[in-house]
Amino acid sequence: MIKAILIFNNHGKPRLIRFYQYFTEDMQQQIIRETFHLVSKRDDNVCNFLEGGSLIGGSDYKLIYRHYATLYFVFCVDSSESELGILDLIQVFVETLDKCFENVCELDLIFHMDKVHYILQEVVMGGMVLETNMNEIVAQVEVQNRMEKSEGGLSAAPARAVSAVKNMNLPEIPRNINIGDINIKVPSLSPF
Amino acid sequence: MALKIVKGSIDRMFDKNLQDLVRGIRNHKEDEAKYISTCIDEIKQELKQDNIAVKANAVCKLTYLQMLGYDVSWAAFNIVEVMSSSKFTYKRIGYLAASQCFHESTDVIMLTTNQIRKDLSSPNQYDTGVALTGLSCFVTPDLARDLANDIMTLMSHTKPYIRKKAVLIMYKVFLKYPESLRPAFPRLKEKLEDPDPGVQSAAVNVICELARRNPKNYLSLAPLFFKLMTSSTNNWVLIKIIKLFGALTPLEPRLGKKLIEPLTNLIHSTSAMSLLYECVNTVIAVLISLSSGMPNHSASIQLCVQKLRILIEDSDQNLKYLGLLAMSKILKTHPKSVQSHKDLILQCLDDKDESIRLRALDLLYGMVSKKNLMEIVKKLMLHVDKAEGTTYRDELLTKIIDICSQSNYQYITNFEWYISILVELTRLEGTRHGHLIASQMLDVAIRVKAIRAFAVAQMATLLDNAHLLTGNMQRNGICEVSYAAAWICGEFSEHLENPMQTLEAMLRPKVATLPGHIQAVYVQNAAKLFATVLKSQEGNTDSTAAQETSQLMIERLPLFVQSANLEVQERASCILQLVKYIQKLQQKDVEVAEEVSALFAGELNPVAPKAQKKVPVPEGLDLDAWINEPPSESESEDEQPKAIFTKEETKHSRPRHIEVDEKELARRREARKQEQANNPFYIKASPSSQKVYQDTPGVEHIPVVQIDLSVPLKVPGETQHQGLPMSDQYVKLEEERRQKERAEKKKKEKKKRKEKRSGRGKKHDSGPESEEDITPAHMVDIVTEEMPENALPSDDDDKDPNDPHKALDIDLDNLGEMAGRRPLADSEKLPVRSHRAVEAAKSPGEDGDAETVATQQPKKKSGKDKRDDKKKDKDKERKKSKDEKKKKKHKHEEKEEDLLRGEVHEPVVQSEGISQVAELPTSTSAEEAATVAAAEAPVAEVVSGAAQDSEPDEPKDTEMEETKSSKHKKKKQKKEKEEKEKKKKKRHHHHHRHSDGGGEESVQNGTVEEEEPLPSMSNYCLLAENSYIKMVYDIQGNLQDGSQVVVSVIFENKCDSFLKSMEFNVLDSLNSKLQRPEGSGPHDGLTVPFQLPPGVSNEARFVFTVQSIVMPQKLKGTLTFIVKNEESSTHEKLDFKLHFTCTSYLITTPCYSDAYAKLLESGDLKGSSLKLEGVNMPFHHLLARICFHHHFSVVERIDSCSSMYSRSIQGHHVCLLVKSSGQTVSIDAKCDEPTMLGNVLDEIKQTFSQC
Repeated sequence: MIKAILIFNNHGKPRLIRFYQYFTEDMQQQIIRETFHLVSKRDDNVCNFLEGGSLIGGSDYKLIYRHYATLYFVFCVDSSESELGILDLIQVFVETLDKCFENVCELDLIFHMDKVHYILQEVVMGGMVLETNMNEIVAQVEVQNRMEKSEGGLSAAPARAVSAVKNMNLPEIPRNINIGDINIKVPSLSPF
Repeated sequence: MALKIVKGSIDRMFDKNLQDLVRGIRNHKEDEAKYISTCIDEIKQELKQDNIAVKANAVCKLTYLQMLGYDVSWAAFNIVEVMSSSKFTYKRIGYLAASQCFHESTDVIMLTTNQIRKDLSSPNQYDTGVALTGLSCFVTPDLARDLANDIMTLMSHTKPYIRKKAVLIMYKVFLKYPESLRPAFPRLKEKLEDPDPGVQSAAVNVICELARRNPKNYLSLAPLFFKLMTSSTNNWVLIKIIKLFGALTPLEPRLGKKLIEPLTNLIHSTSAMSLLYECVNTVIAVLISLSSGMPNHSASIQLCVQKLRILIEDSDQNLKYLGLLAMSKILKTHPKSVQSHKDLILQCLDDKDESIRLRALDLLYGMVSKKNLMEIVKKLMLHVDKAEGTTYRDELLTKIIDICSQSNYQYITNFEWYISILVELTRLEGTRHGHLIASQMLDVAIRVKAIRAFAVAQMATLLDNAHLLTGNMQRNGICEVSYAAAWICGEFSEHLENPMQTLEAMLRPKVATLPGHIQAVYVQNAAKLFATVLKSQEGNTDSTAAQETSQLMIERLPLFVQSANLEVQERASCILQLVKYIQKLQQKDVEVAEEVSALFAGELNPVAPKAQKKVPVPEGLDLDAWINEPPSESESEDEQPKAIFTKEETKHSRPRHIEVDEKELARRREARKQEQANNPFYIKASPSSQKVYQDTPGVEHIPVVQIDLSVPLKVPGETQHQGLPMSDQYVKLEEERRQKERAEKKKKEKKKRKEKRSGRGKKHDSGPESEEDITPAHMVDIVTEEMPENALPSDDDDKDPNDPHKALDIDLDNLGEMAGRRPLADSEKLPVRSHRAVEAAKSPGEDGDAETVATQQPKKKSGKDKRDDKKKDKDKERKKSKDEKKKKKHKHEEKEEDLLRGEVHEPVVQSEGISQVAELPTSTSAEEAATVAAAEAPVAEVVSGAAQDSEPDEPKDTEMEETKSSKHKKKKQKKEKEEKEKKKKKRHHHHHRHSDGGGEESVQNGTVEEEEPLPSMSNYCLLAENSYIKMVYDIQGNLQDGSQVVVSVIFENKCDSFLKSMEFNVLDSLNSKLQRPEGSGPHDGLTVPFQLPPGVSNEARFVFTVQSIVMPQKLKGTLTFIVKNEESSTHEKLDFKLHFTCTSYLITTPCYSDAYAKLLESGDLKGSSLKLEGVNMPFHHLLARICFHHHFSVVERIDSCSSMYSRSIQGHHVCLLVKSSGQTVSIDAKCDEPTMLGNVLDEIKQTFSQC
């Protein structure tokens, strides 16, 4: 079972949190902080497994994470999951994000947390791995996005227009957000 | 309306959407909290609007804020509103928000039951998918119970997308509602062979998760998994299965033997590291489980170790880590094969990755032996010095201590070396394990008697040295060591070289900066030292030295008397007074030393930690009984300070002296003196005592003097620059000693060999040092911990009682095809959504109206449900436990009979609590219904297969073949009492047999593999049908009320339009009346409590009261409804005739054969008979039909003759004796109501004429 999935950036800012076991909001934030603390001080060339933090899990749980550019993807799992399998699953998830957002970067996750959730929902459900085939995941996500678009109709159009206008205020974006090299580079890994 | 929408969307233009919110937060970095609070205010405004789009937007923003740590549970109701939107876009937002912030104590969750049910049965698969995903995150026990059946239906959905989600979520349902496991398991098992790989993977996933916690229940699935393992190519599935096998093998070694080969093949063939790793892991598990049984498994171990070595040597840190992890598993059973890779593992200690170092440390723990302990610890000590970061250093420290102290110091050959290691460890700054070191020192000093002198000397130097006092004064800091040092010096003060110096050191003013509990030990042990000093000084003629000692005490103790710590203060002032008194006596030249030391006399023995618990309660002592009557409540306040005090005391956990009487004391003192004399003092002022050794074998040649010379008794901190740290010197010494020993042994052996040249070969090669060759430096008697007499050796089971998986420890074997131990009992059936007629009758028109009503209603309903269920549950529980007891008793008997062919089983369709139980297909579309039906058939087979064994066939005895009359039967029973007993018990299970909770009542009888399966049967028969709607119905009696029957009608929408406002009306007859709500007229119709979208079917139940049940009758009725499509809506009606057969008044009731015989003998019953010609079906099918369609149960079956029983709702007994010969079936029947019997027989005839 997967107990939690956390995505945060190099500064520990949460980009997506998904707990499959109930924790209060305060506790969730504490867990994020603790996990960030544990993960961030590790070099990139050390192993990607960590024997769990004190707040989440306990002896049976492990943190399995990957670090892509500015983001950490952390899965907290118990011993029924294969460590290498979960590493591959993270890879699948990130590659799926890459496909769905077309060159995903941290900004996509920042502004479209909901969409990232919907993608994740096609990968993991209730703490159990639902689908590992990327094409299948992408296909399902796209069908649902089309449904959403077709439903959008009258009520969503003006909002989209407004949002487009708001986005036109271009100089603001680069000033605030360092786009730099935050593209998540998806390294090609040996086949699973 | 349109205007409103436009207005809403214009409003929305100015609302922030999620992106705006995020942007805003990023623009307000300095006053983020303030900005967010204004946003939350806005969101609150938005949530008040009617426009669902606005609400959804607001909820979406809340989800984001939740991630930032804001509690958004206040919006739970709005989230539910958004969830219930008909638009997928909003629904998805709602479910996402719910899955992020709902949990078991969210009270609005119970409002969602109906909404979720609706979404689950939505024709749009993505609505269903979103609902399933959401539900998986916030399912509660109530939701699980209410929705289990709906989800189970979805497991057979046409779309694999839904199937896999439904399968996965079942695990969550099982966790929350364990009762659902048994009924759902057959279908889950079926999904293991689903054509879609995703569904298959999900099913494997769920079963693995279940089996991990309760592996023994899933052993029977092993062949199936084995097949999957050898056929599947999906690595995910393979990994899961292989992991599962790892959990199963310890329970079934035979399985392990079978696994080795395919696993080895996989190891050789796969390119996926993840799979390779899991294979190795499972092979290890297999080998562990086989550890003795298989002689030629060394090849497999070799293969594993070799593969793991490749992993460890890989540059990928992940593989290295996992390799070490797996290695540690092999270590437990095959340490030898791992030990050959010691180099590799020691190398890993230098790895830059801390996780890898820690893993390597773990491995070292298991790799030490007497031979290499010192070497390994030396290496670790080097790492301790190098280590950066206190966490890793602390980890090293604890590992060193763990390694050394494991299995009662098994590997330590030289305790002096160990003590010096401990002393060296005290140099560590900032460690949090001072306490650990201290307890080791205490433990060693107390339990290894021979080492006490050495330990005391070391401790004295520690005390004298100030470095412990300069460290931080935290609890658990290194200063804890002085606790041990002080105590050891005090308790074993007789070994002290210079007690006066130590006493002085213990009373330094600086000691007052130590934590209270340590000071207390200092004070107390200063007193012990004082006693020793007095004793040594008293022999002298000069009494001033003794008086000076007392003076020292009197001068220094007041410092402690002023301590803020109670314990310190109390001890200090007590001892101060004592010393003052002693001083007075000394001034009078009275000899006091003997009496003072008597204060601290007595032997100390370690007590096992569990000793107290294990003291057996003496007979006749009731610990729970009051000694005095319980005190009044006011007294309890007085006890509180006491509690605090005792708590305080235990924290210090000082070893206590055992109270002994005078004589014993004297005796012990003598013994102690004796022992002191005999003790090997390695370091003593007078070397004269050195020659005295404990008379232990193998120690004679230890050159003790050498130690004396080479090890200066100084704190390592100081010795360090003199060259080697102290422990290293001991390593050297030890090596020398061993060499000598070896040489000696060689000599001896040579001698021996010379003597016994004819002897058969040498025992061991003296070349390489083997484990047994090393004798410890001192044959230390490691005092074992004391246990009370008669202590029970059993270990307590420390399982967490709150573990949710405990409830899932359910025997599932009988659900398999092979062994039919215990079929589903009706108490185990999933609660099925039922529109209770009674309730519907009370409040017609209330449901199915507006959405708001729908959301409010469940609250009321669920409350009632709960109450009902609780009551029901209780009954069930009682029944269950009773049943289980019986089952247990019977298990082995049944096993024997497994071999026999089972055959007759009447499916029992009815039981108590009928009004609660309904079988209905809850499928959402016609197409789906078809799949359900298709999928149901095998399930039913499995269930009935499971039933087979509870009604075992009688052995085919010629004697029995002859006995066909029931009277004869009775005789036989008398003869074979045992046989009867068996049957009786077995029969008891009958009424638990029940159809699967799914939509079909196609329960069939004992289909044994070799017998042909039964055709599916259904009790639902057509009521009426037109182009819009089809109605099928079934009538069931109500056992609780002899005048009520329940008619379940399934309405199926056959057209493309929406059917609503359905009204069901029946023309009452004198005898039978439809129950209508109070206040409505006798001709009013009943509103059907739901609407039907195209293709959907649903069931409603109606209650009828009947007066006489001896005659069948027909009631005319009409269903009116509105057909609504986009353009128009039309009123339609459909007439029907409800046929109340006499059969429908019968209720399947089990009957014991003895009771049955009595009943027949009583003569109250009137007989009748029936002959059926041309019946062309196997006898068991025939019986099954009677059982199923006419609610009978089989009492006894002998070959092609069977007795059956049923009872009407008004208590009429109906007995049948069915005989079959060729195509002729004769039925002799008896009943206390002849009219009824006649009708029932007619109906039976009818049933068979139809086929």
